[in-house]
Amino acid sequence: MNPRIRNIAALVVFGSFAILPLLAQVLGDSFLIVVATRILAFAIAALALDLILGYGGMVSFGHAAYLGLGAYSVAMLSRAGITDLGLHLLGGIAMATPFALITGAISLRTRGVYFIMITLAFAQMAYFFFVSLSAYGGDDGVTLAARSTLLGQPLLENDTTLFYATLALLIAAYLLALRITGSRFGRVLTGTRENPLRMQAIGFSPFPYQLTAYVISGCIASVAGVMLANQTEFVSPALMNWHRSGELIVMVVLGGIGNLIGAVGGAVIALLLEEWLSRMSEHWPLFFGLFLVIVVLASRDGISGLIRRIGGGK
Amino acid sequence: MTNLFLLQLLNGLQFGVLLFLIAAGLTLVFGIMDFVNLAHGVIYMVGAYLVVTFAAMTGSYGLGLLLTLPATLAVGLVLEFLVFRHLYDRSHLDQVLATFGLVMIISEAVEIIWGAAPLTVPIPQILSGSVPLLGPLRYPVFRLAIIAAGLLTALGLWFVISRTRIGMQLRAGASNRAMLSALGIDVRRLFTMIFAFGAMLAGFAGAMVAPILAVDPGMGESVLILAFVVIVIGGIGSIKGAFAGALIVGIVDTVGRIFGPIALKAVMDPAAAAQAGRVLAPMLVYILMAVILALRPAGLFGQRT
Amino acid sequence: MTRKILTLLAASTILAGPAAAQDDDTLTIGVLLTLSGPAAVLGEMARDGFQLAADEIGEIGGMKTEIIIADDEQKPDIAANKARELVERDGADIVIGPIFSNIAGAIVKPVTDAGAILISPNAGPSNLAGAECNKAFFSVSYQNDQNHEVMGAYAKEQGYDNVFLIAPNYQAGKDSLAGFKHSYDGGVAGEVFTQLGQLDFSAELAQIAAMQPDAVFAFMPGGMGVNLVKQYRQAGLESIPFLSAFTVDESTLPAQQDAAVGFFSGTNWAPDLDTPENTAFVTAFEEKFGKVPASYAAHGYDAARLIDAAVRAAGGIGDKDALIAALEGAQFASVRGDFAFGANHFPVQDFYLAEVVKRDDGQFATSIVKPIFQDYADNYVAECQMN
Repeated sequence: MNPRIRNIAALVVFGSFAILPLLAQVLGDSFLIVVATRILAFAIAALALDLILGYGGMVSFGHAAYLGLGAYSVAMLSRAGITDLGLHLLGGIAMATPFALITGAISLRTRGVYFIMITLAFAQMAYFFFVSLSAYGGDDGVTLAARSTLLGQPLLENDTTLFYATLALLIAAYLLALRITGSRFGRVLTGTRENPLRMQAIGFSPFPYQLTAYVISGCIASVAGVMLANQTEFVSPALMNWHRSGELIVMVVLGGIGNLIGAVGGAVIALLLEEWLSRMSEHWPLFFGLFLVIVVLASRDGISGLIRRIGGGK
Repeated sequence: MTNLFLLQLLNGLQFGVLLFLIAAGLTLVFGIMDFVNLAHGVIYMVGAYLVVTFAAMTGSYGLGLLLTLPATLAVGLVLEFLVFRHLYDRSHLDQVLATFGLVMIISEAVEIIWGAAPLTVPIPQILSGSVPLLGPLRYPVFRLAIIAAGLLTALGLWFVISRTRIGMQLRAGASNRAMLSALGIDVRRLFTMIFAFGAMLAGFAGAMVAPILAVDPGMGESVLILAFVVIVIGGIGSIKGAFAGALIVGIVDTVGRIFGPIALKAVMDPAAAAQAGRVLAPMLVYILMAVILALRPAGLFGQRT
Repeated sequence: MTRKILTLLAASTILAGPAAAQDDDTLTIGVLLTLSGPAAVLGEMARDGFQLAADEIGEIGGMKTEIIIADDEQKPDIAANKARELVERDGADIVIGPIFSNIAGAIVKPVTDAGAILISPNAGPSNLAGAECNKAFFSVSYQNDQNHEVMGAYAKEQGYDNVFLIAPNYQAGKDSLAGFKHSYDGGVAGEVFTQLGQLDFSAELAQIAAMQPDAVFAFMPGGMGVNLVKQYRQAGLESIPFLSAFTVDESTLPAQQDAAVGFFSGTNWAPDLDTPENTAFVTAFEEKFGKVPASYAAHGYDAARLIDAAVRAAGGIGDKDALIAALEGAQFASVRGDFAFGANHFPVQDFYLAEVVKRDDGQFATSIVKPIFQDYADNYVAECQMN
């Protein structure tokens, strides 16, 4: 995607989110903020996935595991009496890093569909581990007594503050991802996706680059988990179900891979559509499915591609 | 104990054959056409629902099964014409997205047509009951029928692919599509055929398991992942691999969840062993897959690309 | 790209329905159940039961009634959002739901924090019955352990001394076996936790065949129960008594059919429970929906009648404390006959041994064999400090 268009798109998307609470005020519908916070959290996760899927060619079918690790970090630390959001985020990253390092190192021995399936395998192991974890309610999950605190204050109990905190994290994640993909590291990563042999020939071993990207992606996804736990005030293994991993892939591919803002847009569209259709009809999956099929048949690059085509661009 | 172990081995084999029946169509489409078809599970489900309906209409499971085969073949042809045909030259991710959409559409349609409550079809009289095995242990006749159906499917596929002219074209198509088409073979028609045949295999599997499993809107999803595990362990595109993968998964899952805790008790105290066994049992299949892929990144019979 | 923003804006305006203010003239009831996916049949039962009673009553509590039905998709995070939407945007005064205990954990806080009352037509997790009991939470069903305790008591009464226990490996499965053992003190032949969603039970059935226990106790809800029951019968084990809870009921019997006949279940209700209200309910339900109701439907039906009686007694919904007090009083004719709430807002009721029968009209249903517990309260009520 043309960087100028991408910047404009990013500005518009983040800008619309920034004025959303205002819109909610005007419409007198504070619930809009609740929906939007959830969308933002998933957008963070989709962004994380696009970083390795779009740029590194690594299709992870297990990213929901990191959502879960982030969420359980909130549950575990809160129970231990640590309530600070910053520490919860660190906790999530501290759990996601070793998990990503170990599973990534093994998974990267494979490629293509095998990579998809081995990441799924590891996520399923994590899922079943938390299902068996009776101390945290096992499959039933745990209700959080309260949301994370900010500067020792229960600021996030206010939905609007939580919304802006999540938006800030999404923008931070976006800028970080932009920075990474624009750097030499990012170019090597893209190179290994395009042609690993050539990269090796010019002296880059793909493995450390891919693994690093995988770990960073896992950590960003864990941030989404922390925010999601705060938004629902409830944590359960259902968050790590393979369905979720699939939905994340759908969001990224729907939005168009490899341009970061597409993933954010994909999350927005997928969740809004789900929200909207499920209000219209009990049989909403039928229409959602139709939408997905039509998008794929009509466009080669998800919604981004569709927009480019309609707009007459490349 | 030895008797029980042998019986569990048989159970594992039987479960493996059942998995092969489900995975066979998937590996065919995936391996030869390089097409990721997430909708395989829902076609299997449609097969099960159709046999329930046809059996109720005709009053016979056997007739129902016979009607289900052409019906799922037709479903495959329609889906191929409407959707899959346009996705052969697209990336795996686009295929995933579109077939994910199909899964949602078909699952919901099934729920609208047949309702959400689980359905069933009775086992035909001649295949019901059980035969004595060892002492008090018995074995259901219908399970023997499933084993027979799975083995025949495996044999049939092997024969078609390695011994017939069509099989030769299939293998050629898998390795070089453009070349095959240059040789004057209608690749498009070949692919339509494979796809419809794959759908029929899925429908056949669904119809075969309908008498022993719940026919409900979630049944396709629960086997999809397992079927993928099977073909990935075996190596994509290899019928031999899918067969081996299915048997390994079936045996490890069955024998492991029964004898795993017993083995664990030998090395740790009983309470901890029971606990560990409970945590590990559902992970077993995934641990197996991770280990196999870590050692052989393209599965047991796959070729490293 | 501008189009994307347009869709976004359009969608956000669509989403922003008019915010219903909390309004004392209209009784708004949100119904939050699992209505899609493999377990949808349970949610549909509860919804249909509730709707049937609501239609019969007309104006619930003598007030203008608005009913909003939502699907939790059996996903806790979606349920939490839908619950907030019901109470915050739609202004629901009372929410009926959910089916699953893990969903209950996710929605009890959002609903009660917003000042609404949550009434569960099925889920009755132990924490909400005990330490975390809540003034604004009521269960019209049971505490999760109780049906298992019924079977434990029956096994003890029969003098069984060698029972094989089987349940899925998740929290409700562990609770179920604990519930069984709470009232059963005989020997245990084996205790097996199977995989969630397991298809094939031949390995476990072989173990049972080898051990020849006095009886089997199973907790296998939904499709797993269908698989287990069919395969149990096919393996020729029907000579071993099959005791169960939530495994053979009217939601799974259409698929189990003859395979389940003669199997036992512990329950607080069955379609042939002999009360005038129940006969009327079952007849009306079968006529309207063409299927035999399961306990979920009975609970949904009772929930509507409970609300009707309580709102009338409290003289509207303006005074929430009065409404809660009226709910606690529960002066309504339950399909279960005697019905009262304990201190933790869980029912104190009779429990029965039921058996699967094929009725004269060819339908399969559970049928009461005999009462096991009278006016039975759950084991957690002592831990509940209601405030």
